[in-house]
This record gives sequence, structure tokens and C-alpha cells, in this order.
Amino acid sequence: MAGASTVSRQALTAFLLRLADDHLVLGHRLSEWCGHAPMLEEDLAMPNMALDLLGQARALYQYAATVEGAGRDEDQLAYLRREREFSNCLMAERENGDFAHTMLRQLYFAAFMEPAWQAMLSSSDEALAGIAAKAVKEVAYHIRHAGEWVVRLGDGTEESTRRMKAAVEALAPYVDELFESDDVTAAMAEAGIAADPAALRPAFDAIVGPIFAEAGLDWADVPYGQTGGRKGMHGEAMGYLLADLQFMQRSYPGAAW
Amino acid sequence: MGTIEKIALRRTPLWPAGHLPLKGGKGAKDACERAYRAAAAVVDPEIPAITIEDLGILRSVEMDGETVVARVTPTYTGCPAVLAIELAVEAALREAGFEARVERVISPAWTTDWITAQGREKLRAYGIAPPAKASNTIRALFGETEVACPRCGSVETARISEFGSTACKALYRCEACHEPFDYFKCI
Repeated sequence: MAGASTVSRQALTAFLLRLADDHLVLGHRLSEWCGHAPMLEEDLAMPNMALDLLGQARALYQYAATVEGAGRDEDQLAYLRREREFSNCLMAERENGDFAHTMLRQLYFAAFMEPAWQAMLSSSDEALAGIAAKAVKEVAYHIRHAGEWVVRLGDGTEESTRRMKAAVEALAPYVDELFESDDVTAAMAEAGIAADPAALRPAFDAIVGPIFAEAGLDWADVPYGQTGGRKGMHGEAMGYLLADLQFMQRSYPGAAW
Repeated sequence: MGTIEKIALRRTPLWPAGHLPLKGGKGAKDACERAYRAAAAVVDPEIPAITIEDLGILRSVEMDGETVVARVTPTYTGCPAVLAIELAVEAALREAGFEARVERVISPAWTTDWITAQGREKLRAYGIAPPAKASNTIRALFGETEVACPRCGSVETARISEFGSTACKALYRCEACHEPFDYFKCI
């Protein structure tokens, strides 16, 4: 925990919880497709990728719990925090919509995380570098999977193109938030723990740009972006997501099996 | 999320499978070797044809006083078989007469290159195409890795699905013998 000596415990915990919340919430969203995918192969692929995200979330929550040192464990962090305590980006909580919408959301998030994990490979925080070493290989598959669908659908039939364009329009307001910097991210960058999110934008563009070009898609204009997720300000859909995710522990506190 | 799972937060010195870090005299060495053999014989619950030693996920077995400490690493972060494997290792060690503790290590990250030559052959014989050696360019869209059919050996194969029965496998079909088969993905 080299990083912990140079940043405050509080800042590192906050950063880890952001990452963990992103992965838990997006993983939960993706798992909602289980049994509902348009084809069997996708019914295998999406829960598998949800499992990757959930696995990454668990590693991050476990580490966050250790750093926080407040006696909370991964379950309490995932199941017993309230909506305003969740600091995931708004992109992660966006509802699935149709398949095109889900694939574009997954591409955006994977294209954001790939360079983020790459940077964390050489993190001054060894625990985080260890998590990154596994995650970076998993997220590459997510980019390939979602990217292929964005191309197929964007450059597909009239109907699929219409839907993919609608997805670009619908998700555009949530892209910029991914790259926002604040005191927490600045402290991480300063201590060499993680890259400044703003610095990840060129790598994100380099991943998504060629995919959009091949899919025949253009970036949508965003008059004003949506923000607030990192501060616990979420959209309406978030409460329903948490109700679904947390109901067991809320209804039967301490339930275990 | 079970509470018995703990992530090892420090880098742990690792030894290649088969090499035993030794402490104490010959008695300790014999016990450690016996413990290693007991742990190494545990099979993957999802691919019972291959042991965790073949898979390269048993990272070390050593004695901590009277207790055997076995370190295991997951293939994928979210692999649901990890817990089952850890419990099986602990059970195998207890059955062999040891007090045992199993620790999970994630660093350095497992790679398919750690699957032993024998493990690759066992996979093939079981009907799963072993992973291509070295990393493929997983960022290339629609990129196809050359995968040989584990049944007839033809490389005329097509990927049906990037994800197969588990996260670590993709689904392929052989165009020569028309058999579908699992491909252990390169990671």
C-alpha cells in the first residue's frame, strides 16, 4: 500500500468506491439481460461480462473496506449504502434500453476503463496494480465485443442504424462526466495511484473513433452534459436499481448462505 | 459474497509450480512435498479433466509452522469456480492430514501461458481447444485467432460466440468435421 502513505485514507477510499460502484452498478445493469438477450450467444456473453464487472467490483470493495478500516466489509459497502452514498458515474446506471443502447453504453465504459486500467498497471499502489493487471485483460474483450456490435448495428439495416443512432443521441450527455477531475482524482494523480480522468480522453477517442467511423456514426452534439454521479446525485433510474440490488439485505438484514 | 474469501493485498513471492519453498529440515520438506501433491491433484470443477497444477493457478504451497498455506490465483476476476477450488484445496489438504489455509493472490495476474504443456494436451483430449500461445491482438475488431479443432485438427474453424459455457471459453465450430467445440481463450 505504497499509495496510502502519500494520500489520505479518506481520498483513497473515495476513489476506490467510485471505481467499485461503477463496476457493481454497470454489472448489475448488464445482468438484467440474463434470459432476455436477443440470441443465445448474447445470453451467454452479457452475463459473462457482468460477472467480470462484478468480480472487479468485489476486488475493489474488498480493498476499499481494508483501506477505510471502519469495520465495513464488501457486502455492507454494496448492499447497505444509500443512493446518495453511491458515487458511480451516471453512464453506469443508465437503463438498458434496447440492445443497441446497451452495447454502446458498454463500449463507452470499457473504452474509458481500458486506458484507466493501463495507467493503474504502474500504480504506486500495489494492490490496485494487481487488480488492474487482471482487469485490463478482461476489459479488452469487452471493447471487442461491444465494438463489433456497434459496427454491425450502426452499419447494418435501416432499423439497426436508426436504433444505434438513437443510442448515440441518448448516451451523449453522459460521456463527459467520465473524464471529470476533482480533488479526489487530483490526489490520486499526484500520488501516482491513478491517471487524471481528463488525461484518458485521447485514449478513449482513439478506441471509439475508429469504431464510429466503421459504423458510420457521428458524435452527437451535447448542449450540456449531465453530471453529479461522483457526488451521489443520481438519475431516477438509480433508486429502482438499488431497490432491486439491495432488497434481500434490506428485507432480511444479515442474511447469509 | 462470502466472507471467507480474502484478497491478498500484498505482492506475494511466487514460485513456479513444482518448486517448493523450503523451511526447516528434511521432515518439513517431505511434509511440504506431500502437501503440494495433495493440493496439486485438485481438479477444476468446470473442466474436471485438468488439475489446478495443469492450469497453473496453484501458485505455491508452503508450511507456516504446522499449517500448510496454499496460494491460488483466479483465472478471471469474477470466476465463480474460485471459491469451489479454494474449498476443494483446503479439503484435500485436510484429508491428507494437514491443518490448512488457502490464500487468494491476484498478482501477478494469471495468464493462459501458465497452463502446462501437459495441461494443454489434456484440454485438447477433453475436446477443448487450448489457448493460442502468447497474447492475441484482442483490440482488433473481428480479429480471428487461428484455432485448431480439438477433434480433427483442422484450422478451418469459425467463432460462433466470444463467450461460451464459462467466461474463460469461447464457442467455435469446425468447418471440416462440423463439430462445435469450446476454445480456451487467450488472456
